[in-house]
Amino acid sequence: MPVRREARAWQSSTGGSAVSGVEAPADRVPPGQYVTADFPVLSAGPTPKIGSDRWRISVTDREGREQSWNWAEFSDLPSEEVTVDLHCVTKWSKLDTVWEGVSVDTLLADITDPGSHLLVRSYGGYTTNLPTNDVTGGKAWVAFGYDGEALAPEHGGPARLLVPHLYFWKSAKWVNGFDFSDHERRGFWESYGYHDYGDPWLEQRYSGD
Amino acid sequence: MAGAAIQRRLNWAITEVVELLEESPRVRSVVLMSPGWAGHLSGQHIDIRLTAEDGYQAQRSYSIATPEEGDLLTITVELVEDGEVSPYLIEDLQVGDQIEIRGPIGGYFVWDEALGGPVQLIGGGSGVVPLMAMLRARVRTGSDVPFRWLSSARSHEDLLFQNELDGMASRDGVTVTQTLTRSHPGDWSGPTRRVDKAMLDEYTWPPGDRPLVYVCGPTGFVENVATSLVEIGHGADLIRTERFGPSGR
Repeated sequence: MPVRREARAWQSSTGGSAVSGVEAPADRVPPGQYVTADFPVLSAGPTPKIGSDRWRISVTDREGREQSWNWAEFSDLPSEEVTVDLHCVTKWSKLDTVWEGVSVDTLLADITDPGSHLLVRSYGGYTTNLPTNDVTGGKAWVAFGYDGEALAPEHGGPARLLVPHLYFWKSAKWVNGFDFSDHERRGFWESYGYHDYGDPWLEQRYSGD
Repeated sequence: MAGAAIQRRLNWAITEVVELLEESPRVRSVVLMSPGWAGHLSGQHIDIRLTAEDGYQAQRSYSIATPEEGDLLTITVELVEDGEVSPYLIEDLQVGDQIEIRGPIGGYFVWDEALGGPVQLIGGGSGVVPLMAMLRARVRTGSDVPFRWLSSARSHEDLLFQNELDGMASRDGVTVTQTLTRSHPGDWSGPTRRVDKAMLDEYTWPPGDRPLVYVCGPTGFVENVATSLVEIGHGADLIRTERFGPSGR
């Protein structure tokens, strides 16, 4: 993706001055975002070190029925390679990232009606909430590979949720459980004032946006 | 990891630059007056929005360096080479200029006296900024919660808030350690290497004291320090981190 730099004059009461800016295709970059080539790391605590020997992921439906997979069982599920753009609420966007993961649809194959809302749980205690419709229909993956390599721990390895159409805090690192229910329960950042839904194209960063 | 409910809408507000402080050759503090500011917790940040003459806008997040202080808040900004926003804030912004902000944002990487202590602050580079808000809050409120500060900078000229830290270090209950990783003056008495387990052992609260630990800095710094803290026995649930990548552009 070619990135063009040009002088930019910010308005200010003293007349502003030129500083450099970064241009990218407008239809790829949501409002208030800038494109980076880096892959920044943002986490509220230490990176959990989860060996695949003790990793597990579970899905619990609205009736409390649980299904779970260990690493070997999860690795036997069909996976897909997807190329997506990422948009972090801290303003960076990263275009054309390549992931390998298991579609959330695959994990829900045996569940006809999981419930309208989802609270995602992670190793380390992180949680985030999403409507069920935003993780079904080919919109979300449990990703275990990034850019052709195993997903690094600081980026959520062994596996993280990937929901690229929402701000990236919804793509919970170190994911280990999906708890479905019929009502919305706020996750970690959502209870500190971040938006319950988080659509980057509507710039839903914080509660009330 | 339970959250406090802060669910009111964050509107953009016009603030005025009332003072500019050169903290180092690459770092400047900007004191903003925000009429009707609703207050903040030490460690929270704000979003800044700049608008160009053609309507293009850029937003960035900056930690607040000061505890709640009426309508005043200070951000401390490090220059990012080729950055889109920081060169303007550091080289061009003048007293009397107006900038749009909204906040406060974040509520986990914060300290106030109700959280208690002891408190261990560990910062790398400009990652000391939100930690400084916490230490300033402790000193300003006359709290007796014991604080230890450990920060890492490349060289003596990169040290931030040094005079103020020297003054705080002479108080009861506050210890300050700074390490210089690339170069140091001949008479430097502090450590001169990157933060490692031995340095954590020597200068920070031991795990048995169950300190609240706040770690902020570049990603690699925070990864290394947080991992070392867990390895020497600190509970992961007592370690709060804030990371900024190489892309502060």
